[in-house]
Amino acid sequence: MANPRDYFYTKDHEWIHVKGKVCRIGITDYAQNELGDVVFVELPEQDTIVEEGEGFAVVESVKAVSDVYAPLSGKVVGINEALEDSPELVNESPFDEGWIVELEITDESQLKDLMTADEYDAFLEEV
Amino acid sequence: MRYIPTTSEERQHMLDFLGVDSVEELFDAVPDRIRTEKPLPLPDALAEAQLMRHMKELSESNVSCEHLVSFLGAGSYDHLIPAVVNHITSRGEFLTAYTPYQAEISQGVLQVIFEFQTLIAELTGMDAANASMYDGATSLAEACLMACNVARRSKVLLPETLHPEWVDVVKLYMENQDISVQMIPWNRETGTMDVAALHEDAAGDAACLVIPYPNFFGVIEDVAKLSRWIHDAGGLLVTAADPVSLGLLEAPGAFGADIVVGEGQPFGNTMNFGGPGFGFFACSGSKLIRRMPGRIVGETVDTEGRRGYVLTLQTREQHIRREKATSNICSNQALNALAGAVHLSVIGPQGLKDVAYQCLQKTAYLKSQLRDIGIQAAFSGPTFREFVVQADANWDEVNKRLLDHGFLGGLPLGERFPELQHCVLLSVTEARTKDEIDRFVHALGGLC
Amino acid sequence: MQTKKPVPLIFELSSPGRRGYRYPELDVPETPMEELLPKEHLRREVPKLPEVSEIEVVRHYTGLSRLNHGVDVGFYPLGSCTMKYNPKVNEDIARLPGFSLLHPYQPEETVQGALKLMYKLQSYLTEIAGLSATTLQPAAGAHGELTGLMLMRAYHRERGEDTQRKEMLVPDSAHGTNPASAMMVNYKVREVPSDARGGVDVEALRGMVGPQTAGIMLTNPNTLGLFDENICEVAKIIHDAGGLLYYDGANANAIMGYVRPGDMGFDIVHFNLHKTFSTPHGGGGPGSGPIAVSQRLQDYLPGPLVSKRDGEYVWEYPTKSIGRVRSFFGNFGVLVRAYAYIRSHGPQGLMDVSDTAVLHANYLMRKLQDDFDLPYDRHCMHEFVLSGKRQKNQGVRTLDIAKRLLDYGVHSPTVYFPLIVEEALMVEPTETETLATLDAFVEAMKQIAIEAAEEPETVRQAPYNTPVRRLDDALAARKPVLRWTPRS
Repeated sequence: MANPRDYFYTKDHEWIHVKGKVCRIGITDYAQNELGDVVFVELPEQDTIVEEGEGFAVVESVKAVSDVYAPLSGKVVGINEALEDSPELVNESPFDEGWIVELEITDESQLKDLMTADEYDAFLEEV
Repeated sequence: MRYIPTTSEERQHMLDFLGVDSVEELFDAVPDRIRTEKPLPLPDALAEAQLMRHMKELSESNVSCEHLVSFLGAGSYDHLIPAVVNHITSRGEFLTAYTPYQAEISQGVLQVIFEFQTLIAELTGMDAANASMYDGATSLAEACLMACNVARRSKVLLPETLHPEWVDVVKLYMENQDISVQMIPWNRETGTMDVAALHEDAAGDAACLVIPYPNFFGVIEDVAKLSRWIHDAGGLLVTAADPVSLGLLEAPGAFGADIVVGEGQPFGNTMNFGGPGFGFFACSGSKLIRRMPGRIVGETVDTEGRRGYVLTLQTREQHIRREKATSNICSNQALNALAGAVHLSVIGPQGLKDVAYQCLQKTAYLKSQLRDIGIQAAFSGPTFREFVVQADANWDEVNKRLLDHGFLGGLPLGERFPELQHCVLLSVTEARTKDEIDRFVHALGGLC
Repeated sequence: MQTKKPVPLIFELSSPGRRGYRYPELDVPETPMEELLPKEHLRREVPKLPEVSEIEVVRHYTGLSRLNHGVDVGFYPLGSCTMKYNPKVNEDIARLPGFSLLHPYQPEETVQGALKLMYKLQSYLTEIAGLSATTLQPAAGAHGELTGLMLMRAYHRERGEDTQRKEMLVPDSAHGTNPASAMMVNYKVREVPSDARGGVDVEALRGMVGPQTAGIMLTNPNTLGLFDENICEVAKIIHDAGGLLYYDGANANAIMGYVRPGDMGFDIVHFNLHKTFSTPHGGGGPGSGPIAVSQRLQDYLPGPLVSKRDGEYVWEYPTKSIGRVRSFFGNFGVLVRAYAYIRSHGPQGLMDVSDTAVLHANYLMRKLQDDFDLPYDRHCMHEFVLSGKRQKNQGVRTLDIAKRLLDYGVHSPTVYFPLIVEEALMVEPTETETLATLDAFVEAMKQIAIEAAEEPETVRQAPYNTPVRRLDDALAARKPVLRWTPRS
């Protein structure tokens, strides 16, 4: 599955889709493939304030656990409740229906630390 | 030797294949200076018949409850066990299996555990249970840790009416995680937690309140009131329940318990000098279930759509989450849990009710017979299978004399509870007959 | 084993009013319930236990047992678990009423035989460990680990160093329980890398220790089945830094009579009686995890211990005891079996156990090294680790190999552990298997290697001959069904 060109990425294999002040965040196709069948996603509470680098969600497969780290600082303004009943969306549609959290970011300058799709593609080549 | 089938020809064959002269060479990584030079100072090997003779000698130098009539309880109980239990637990397929890592050839143990989880959930009135824990005390300690984890608080309220050894275990576990333990005093009149001491803000930032059910003195606490109180304070209710009592007493789930633990020995397990029995652990709500310690079995299907069972929710566990696991436990007491499950299955709901009812009635009978000879119950609260009596006697001495009459007397409480200097904790199970109780009362009458 | 007929749940056999066991009639005069229990305490809803007859119970559990693999059924080379034969006579012994029907609070004079057995077992384990004192209290290996780490904290606390010594060093090859146990006493875990020969990377270790070091947890032979040649150096580094060494005894079956953990420099050792000393695993327990300690730790041991005074065996609490880690004295029924095992072997017998376990493992390793990758090519001890890397490139994962083995009536080795070996297969044959069994296993593994190369799909779809085919783990975890629910 190709990495969407208009998203940003991190080395932890998360994607960020910026829509104004709100950023939608999920894990990439590469990440879901590595994890295998996702069986549970632990979501943060609405309105939680998170700092960049802080673990704020957990994605679990049958035999692995992966923390999702906040790629940016901000406030949780949306969580994907569909994952509570259908965690497999992370596998089936990682870049769309399998999104995890929406953050209202506080520091837009952090965006420049993220990778573009081209940079992420190159990063995956090395992994 | 005894259980090594390898013949000397076979040994030689393997050594030749490996190209070494002796097994010694395979140990070449062990530095010489730490090699054991002398044989281990252990007694020489015994053949099976010699071993059996020796072990019989050892066992017969004990006086067991095969011959003694026991009125001793305090956490380990002489209950009747249906004969079928031992036959099932002796089957090699159960006995000699390990944790069911390969589900396809472990459906026996897995289904047993699934049924066991159901039995415990039914008994306690909770949503789910795990595959069992080491014992009741450690199960309670794990429950307190889990409560702290879920409530994000670090204080536990423990009543002094809890089994003193369980108090010790919980305190030690909490101390090592820097969690504080606040002891709740008890009322000398009723033998229950001092509800007056539980004013509104006493709970403070407690993660949980533990209710022993019934408590160490055999008395039934005011569970409904305590449940409201801890929940109003934002803490969890952890109930340490005696599983036999649940044949008669309200299920902890019905009065709002969040976690229920206990010692399962009375079902299917002989006393074994204190172990092994099994601890059980149940809770309600998906948030708590996902934080349970220990093994959990779940239902699923195979590639052909047949129902089957697997270990599940494994990401909670040490082998995946390592230092972030919910607990370090990686075993359960599967065989003892199997014994419990067989016992509960064969007695059924009516048998469960019968055994609980008989414990209650026989305890009440002993209590009234003792009252008639002037030995009074120490507390006014309602009791189930155990009760405390007081008499102006040296109970250690009395117990020695009782032994001469073939009785195992109760547990003197003075050492652990200074205010109960002349008190003893007696227990009566369904295994005691009227005749045994009458003779016990008669013997006591002559000693107190 | 190859019964494919599913066994219904015991609850599904239930018929209202059927009973399998009858208690004797109540023979004491009844007191009206309202005088005994206030109504609000009475249970309102009857728990839904099954209502079945004795024969149904027997057939049900017999049926279930036939779906299960055990050492009594076939080969069980599950690495790190020491699935050796469990002697039948020890079962008879543990069921003697003089052991099984003892109440833990009986007066000492009525349990001299039990206390003597525990006293002797304490001393045997102390000798095998090469240390000073032993507690039999811990209920399992992981429980022994927890107890040992609590002792470490007590030791450092008394020296005023507990608040500063917060780091527990754990090799990257360690059992998962090690870091999890460290977490249970609020230690921070630091992972020590392994060197090219599979041992602790001594230079890295040197750079990691300091005043923050509480200790290290090691298995030796380690989880690769390799004896760490630098163990004395490792011990010196830790001790010089003021830390203590914990020995995870899961692999003690390799060393009895050859080398003692105490002589390697360890301060605390746990034994898994259910592994090394042949007590049955029971489908996951009961275990027993006694720990032996060096002199400087013995006063902190959990109590009570058994000691001998004026020819009598008595309970005694160590002077600075940490308290207790469970109720009563340990899994006594398991201790009885382990004691019997040691008595039936004697010093030479135990040495033969380790000797043969090591011989069998090396034989298997060399027989299989051409068909599977062998990441560490040196003599192994009682177990060894292969890698399924080659097969992975053929499209067959280690999990598939494990499942295919089940079709041969063999339990699979431990898979995907230790974590430092890709596609790991950890094989522990034990000393109680015949050469014919070992050779049959070799044949099965070779056959699977051929299949992986020639018809990988056959391996990927395995198993075929088991009571159920491959089970859906993801479904079980996504929609947890953890109990039977009555159909309304």
